Amino acid sequence: MEEKKPIILTKNLTKVYDTGAVPVKAVNSVSLEVFKGEFTALVGPSGSGKTTLLNLIGGLDHPTSGQVLVNQVDISKMKKSALIDFRLQNIGFVFQAYNLIPVLTAKENIEFVMLLQKRSKGEREQRVRELLNEVDLLDKMNDRPAQLSGGQQQRVAVARALASKPAFILADEPTANLDSKTAGNLLDLMARLNHEENITFIFSTHDQRVIDRAHRIITLVDGAVAEDQLVAQPVDHS
Amino acid sequence: MLIHLAWKNIWRNKARSLVVAGSVMVGLWVGAFTMAYVFGMIDQRLKDAVENEVSHLQFHHPQFEDDNEARYYIAEGPDVLESLREDPRFKAVSARAVTFGMAGSAQTSTGGKFVGMDPSSEDQLTGLKGKLTQGEYFQSDSRNKVIISERLAEKLKVKLRSKIVLTFQDTTGNIVAGAFRIIGLYQTYNSGYDDIHIFLKAQDLWGLLGTAGQYQEIAALLHDPQQLESMMEEMPPQYPQVKIESWKEIAPELGLMVDSFDQYMVIFLIIILLALSFGIINTMLMAVLERVREIGMLMAIGMNRIRIFFMIALETIYLVLIASPVGLLLAYLTITHLGEVGMDLSGLYQEGYAAYGFKSFIYPKLETIYYWRILVMVAVTAVLASIYPALTAIRLNPVSAIRKI
Repeated sequence: MEEKKPIILTKNLTKVYDTGAVPVKAVNSVSLEVFKGEFTALVGPSGSGKTTLLNLIGGLDHPTSGQVLVNQVDISKMKKSALIDFRLQNIGFVFQAYNLIPVLTAKENIEFVMLLQKRSKGEREQRVRELLNEVDLLDKMNDRPAQLSGGQQQRVAVARALASKPAFILADEPTANLDSKTAGNLLDLMARLNHEENITFIFSTHDQRVIDRAHRIITLVDGAVAEDQLVAQPVDHS
Repeated sequence: MLIHLAWKNIWRNKARSLVVAGSVMVGLWVGAFTMAYVFGMIDQRLKDAVENEVSHLQFHHPQFEDDNEARYYIAEGPDVLESLREDPRFKAVSARAVTFGMAGSAQTSTGGKFVGMDPSSEDQLTGLKGKLTQGEYFQSDSRNKVIISERLAEKLKVKLRSKIVLTFQDTTGNIVAGAFRIIGLYQTYNSGYDDIHIFLKAQDLWGLLGTAGQYQEIAALLHDPQQLESMMEEMPPQYPQVKIESWKEIAPELGLMVDSFDQYMVIFLIIILLALSFGIINTMLMAVLERVREIGMLMAIGMNRIRIFFMIALETIYLVLIASPVGLLLAYLTITHLGEVGMDLSGLYQEGYAAYGFKSFIYPKLETIYYWRILVMVAVTAVLASIYPALTAIRLNPVSAIRKI
């Protein structure tokens, strides 16, 4: 039987911030493997290094030492310009504050990533409709972010993250700004995408509702992995 | 995509964008109008100087202008005059007996240039008759009469019909003098010209100079000023005994004024655009710093730095280019209208303008090439002004930018 390869592999990943008198080890020698279809939550107290780890995995930041391999490609030594292109093709992001482009409509926000990828108009139109349908916002496609509720904006952000057909989605505290019901709906959506379409999600979160839905919970303390707990098997679509 | 996004971005803060666009518009309007105002003023000064004072061409004895002595009259002057009058390219030709000396009244005296001429030819050439404000022009039978300017009359403390004495050297070096009655007072827009020019009939001056029928100066006006340069090449061999000069040589300050003002206006426009560019940079920098998180997000999701640079640059260029046609259109309409009806500033600066030979009634004019020049300069300004804000945007680090509140 062929060995299953991780889509994310970190080896002794370390990030030290040397801004003050004392260097701060935000991520301390983290080695992880994340496989296709996982629904993983990074948990831990504030300052434990969740977001920094997410940034390193997402290629938003360079590690001080160690490696990050995404689909066997080492991104830890990539130049900034190459990383931008790599992120465009391979990684989807969902941010705590939605971070949609306020002057574009929901449809245009989703389409924007595909425009960066230089996809054809026909392909873009079809994918935008599919995604809007997926996040149940077809009727809001021409609304701007300011005309949408927080939950709707975050659903557009999820659709935008999916638009580029990434290898995985990194979500930094995606429910932090949402009320309980809206957060629940968003989690339902992401869980369904994970379950039905085998989309890999990695969250950094404090939210117990997210933790309760996760298949794997990685607890960070002082930048290091304190516990890596598999609570459910990812759905095997193979 | 970038075009679409940049366009939408500039309307995020309508008031701010409109203020910047408005300042560019007003800046160009004022800049183009000021250029037109100055060029109109210079154009009139040039036209006045050529048509009323120096003419297109002047003929002298080669030494006359160095020594200003009446003995240096044009050899075969009447023949030269006759030949020029037969040339159809000339609109008007006037021959003058000229000398320099003192003009004195009972109370005071001053230096002057005494121009003895044929009244009819001189009027055709310089329109002297039309410049009279008091009195009358020379009649055929009038003798020992002069026409002086109002300014000179005031200076000499004389009035119409007063007598003045002109004293000067004759061709043999003797001091001669003659009393002349003032029959007319004139006024041009050039107080420097008015201060020294005294007109009398050539016969009256010849009588004192002892140079009957000889001319120290022949001035000629062309039908087509464009022919000036070719004539300046063609004529000297035909009249080897005469020094022929164009208005640019006779009054080099006029040529210098035209050339230098052209450069001054470019510098003036650069100063306006420089001031505007600081406003534009400030606004665009604010627009970038307000969107730090969004720009960080764009980088995070895969928008590369070149695209971000062009997006910010396009926003800046849009702001400037929206305003430019409006500003230039307003300038064009203002210039066209005032170019037809004129601007009367006589109540404000008449004396000041006259001191430099300018009219206080100005017809602004701006050639099409200057509108294009301004547009090119504005486009260059927009591109240059966009560089710093765009560089600021691409220098952002997506991680810290996204965290920015």
